Amino acid sequence: MAALTIAVGTGNWFSALALGVTLLKCLLIPTYHSTDFEVHRNWLAITHSLPISQWYYEATSEWTLDYPPFFAWFEYILSHVAKYFDQEMLNVHNLNYSSSRTLLFQRFSVIFTDILFVYAVHECCKCIGGKKVGKELTEKPKFILSVLLLWNFGLLIVDHIHFQYNGFLFGLMLLSIARLFQKRHIEGAFLFAVLLHFKHIYLYVAPAYGVYLLRSYCFTANKPDGSIRWNSFSSVRVISLGLVVFLVSALSLGPFLALNQLPQVFSRLFPFKRGLCHAYWAPNFWALYNALDKVLSVIGLKLKFLDPNKIPKASMTSGLVQQFQHTVLPSVTPLATLICTLIAILPSIFCLWFKPQGPRGFLRCLILCALSSFMFGWHVHEKAILLAILPMSLLSVGKAGDASVFLILTTTGHYSLFPLLFTAPELPIKILLMLLFTIYSISSLKTLFRKEKPLFNWVETFYLLGLGPLEVGCEFVFPLTSWKLKYPFIPLLLTSVYCAVGITYAWFKLYVSVLIDPPVDKTKKQ
Amino acid sequence: MRFHYVGQAGLELLTSGDPPTSASQSAGITGAGKPPMFGDYEAQRHWQEITFNLPVKQWYFNSSDNNLQYWGLDYPPLTAYHSLLCAYMAKFINPDWIALHTSRGYESQAHKLFMRSTVLIADLLIYIPAVVLYCCCLKEISTKKKIANALCILLYPGLILIDYGHFQYNSVSLGFALWGILGVSCDWDLLGSLAFCLAVNYKQMELYHSLPFFCFLLGKCFKKGLKGKGFVLLVKLACTVVASFILCWLPFFTEREQTLQVLRRLFPVDRGLFEDKVANIWCSFNVLLKIKDILPRHIQLIMRPVCLILSDIPFMSTWFLLVSTFSMLPLLLKDELLMPSVVTTMAFFIACVTSFTIFEKTSEEELQLKSFSISVRKYLPCFTFLSRIIQYLFLISVITMVLLTLMTVTLNPPQKLPDLFSVLVCFVSCLNFLFFLVYFNIIIMWDSKNRRNQKKIS
Repeated sequence: MAALTIAVGTGNWFSALALGVTLLKCLLIPTYHSTDFEVHRNWLAITHSLPISQWYYEATSEWTLDYPPFFAWFEYILSHVAKYFDQEMLNVHNLNYSSSRTLLFQRFSVIFTDILFVYAVHECCKCIGGKKVGKELTEKPKFILSVLLLWNFGLLIVDHIHFQYNGFLFGLMLLSIARLFQKRHIEGAFLFAVLLHFKHIYLYVAPAYGVYLLRSYCFTANKPDGSIRWNSFSSVRVISLGLVVFLVSALSLGPFLALNQLPQVFSRLFPFKRGLCHAYWAPNFWALYNALDKVLSVIGLKLKFLDPNKIPKASMTSGLVQQFQHTVLPSVTPLATLICTLIAILPSIFCLWFKPQGPRGFLRCLILCALSSFMFGWHVHEKAILLAILPMSLLSVGKAGDASVFLILTTTGHYSLFPLLFTAPELPIKILLMLLFTIYSISSLKTLFRKEKPLFNWVETFYLLGLGPLEVGCEFVFPLTSWKLKYPFIPLLLTSVYCAVGITYAWFKLYVSVLIDPPVDKTKKQ
Repeated sequence: MRFHYVGQAGLELLTSGDPPTSASQSAGITGAGKPPMFGDYEAQRHWQEITFNLPVKQWYFNSSDNNLQYWGLDYPPLTAYHSLLCAYMAKFINPDWIALHTSRGYESQAHKLFMRSTVLIADLLIYIPAVVLYCCCLKEISTKKKIANALCILLYPGLILIDYGHFQYNSVSLGFALWGILGVSCDWDLLGSLAFCLAVNYKQMELYHSLPFFCFLLGKCFKKGLKGKGFVLLVKLACTVVASFILCWLPFFTEREQTLQVLRRLFPVDRGLFEDKVANIWCSFNVLLKIKDILPRHIQLIMRPVCLILSDIPFMSTWFLLVSTFSMLPLLLKDELLMPSVVTTMAFFIACVTSFTIFEKTSEEELQLKSFSISVRKYLPCFTFLSRIIQYLFLISVITMVLLTLMTVTLNPPQKLPDLFSVLVCFVSCLNFLFFLVYFNIIIMWDSKNRRNQKKIS
């Protein structure tokens, strides 16, 4: 308590922000939690009660272990603390067990592991430069960035209401980015390798890391015009990087290799039997594709181009995760999405290789990789948008153009997370927090860049304002109409499609800014 | 398929931002799931039921439809009208919530959301604008400090916990009272007195604050001269007050018996006014408004806007507000609001510390005790350690409060003294309040002496 008083008493704003958001997280403990809560309880039970050889085979519960081994070890460590809270939660057969102590433990574990995220934000704030607009604390880029990251609405509701452990994972990612900014490449690579073995979704951004490290770390110097100098290749560096990655992977997958369980582990990690879209369409390209398909099929039926008997009964929005066919447009296979994703990533990778702009260029490429994978990936969750939003915050306090893209991306991305919290008591919380965050982010970035041209043109402004009526319509007006019974999926469809438009636009704008930007002058400091 | 299950209610659309209020609402409510009497939440719901289904004449009377033993109405008519308004909204959404007799003990998530929203709307319409406007009117303070001031006032845990946790509508009457204070200090006397009358007609406890209001306005009239403008003002004020009372009580003035019955319900002589420790919040605001220490000659000082204390003497106000929240601990524990209490108290403390850097403002001058200590030093030349004493007292007070909280939560009281911890909490709070009483008295007395001396000099 004394340290707290001293830290706060000296006016240390960063601690105050971190403490404030932690207190808010404590208030969110009794809110609604999704099935992810049961998922993690089940994993605590599996890792605690069963030997390693059973971890990836256990299937008593439908929520089988489908994260890489480091996460399983993490749950194992947590389970040893959990047994002091409630021994019953560690029983594999106690499905859906959620006593108040279990809830308390799980929630506190998320809040506690967020310390890593706070530390990572602290490190990131040291790295970003940013212009000094005014002497006010609240106008400094560091302050704005801290608030945008620590109080990020998406992370708050996904981690502390919906229940997941993204906080410390994003902490690892931001920390690895910070280390790359600080030219501590080996550490950055190590942290990213560890992160990959915690949650393999970060494979989305692995190409950015790979290309950047190869280009800017393994080739130690550039020619005067910025292009690659082939004879500056340093094999020492390549080998050390490779060694780091190899060691981490060995530590993670080694035990399972020894047990000959690798195929099983991989089948758990990459379940391609799921459908193109999640029950609620993530607002990506495929949402627009599906919507177009539906519209065309409806038009086709009306104009008698299509035979009603040939249309499959299963609807995309029926809420079951299954495979289905499109009616008018060609169906999409996992391979097709992979190819689309690779094609989408390639330009940014090429930019990173041929026009390296140091860590900032790497960050752009990372964001583009994350966004492109979100746009074209197979069975993407809407939560994956956070993978793009959080690193984008680092760029937003640098340039006005980036700030504008960030705001569009963040606002639509956060709004698309609303269907995750569909219960009545969470309604005021999510609206209030979203409004707070959106209003703060827009006003602070506008103040930061007030000397440059306005952040939004009128189209963008209208689009963002349109989110308000959309929310009112979907949450309040729609349930009162008769359509609620006939077409119950319409609010989700509308939300998904509307946000998909915004996110696609942001992706496009960011891409254009990366491709068009001139290579940085060698004499300028990064 | 995840349908959107939403309890429709007239929800707020844009807010000034108050995460603790909306987040603490997901915690328990008083009396949740505790038949046969439940708690204040059920009382409010019951009043909606009564006011909607029964004619006005029966609201305050005992009858087969209206059992006064089961949460009978015991607030003035404005509360009843407010309940009626909420009942109309409830009827639109789900009539089951206010069905006569059958809705007793009704508890559902949608209903909880509805009730909490009514508190939030009342807050937004009345209390929060008053606070914001008050902070805007503060002079000689930067915008940043004004915002910080407003934030700290709004973050006051006591009000948040009682209104949103325990469940009451205190913010309405407090908001009206604040409007009243704003009005009279900006020279809009009629509007100010109207607002204050509304406050009294909402909760009769505001009568605590009526005396200084009355004295202050009377003093204003005297200042303007009883023969001319002052008399006109007095008449205008009297008319405003009488008119507002008549307006509120109109349906109950038709029969003498009605009026008497309402008065009997408002001021039950057989019950104590400080029942059930909820009245502690009134105690707190009492001292906050420096009511107990009225000295007729120093009315101007007393009527300084209430929360000026926070920006003037941040250290003492923060300390005081912490104690006032702590004093409600037994009640909050009963309602299972331990986590929100701890969290909001810490948030409030952190907000005050960072906004006002209170630990640097403990010198004698900052605490407005300079003239007092100068006077004391005339008799005791070595009395130079006043601020040091106060700092130590603060530390002791905080440590005691934290320890008591921990003890109440973790330990079981001995069997012979089951109320031990509640009594201890009350006792400690009382000691603190007495200290503040002495402190505020000192400030008033020595401040006026200072002014008189200054007048003599000039």
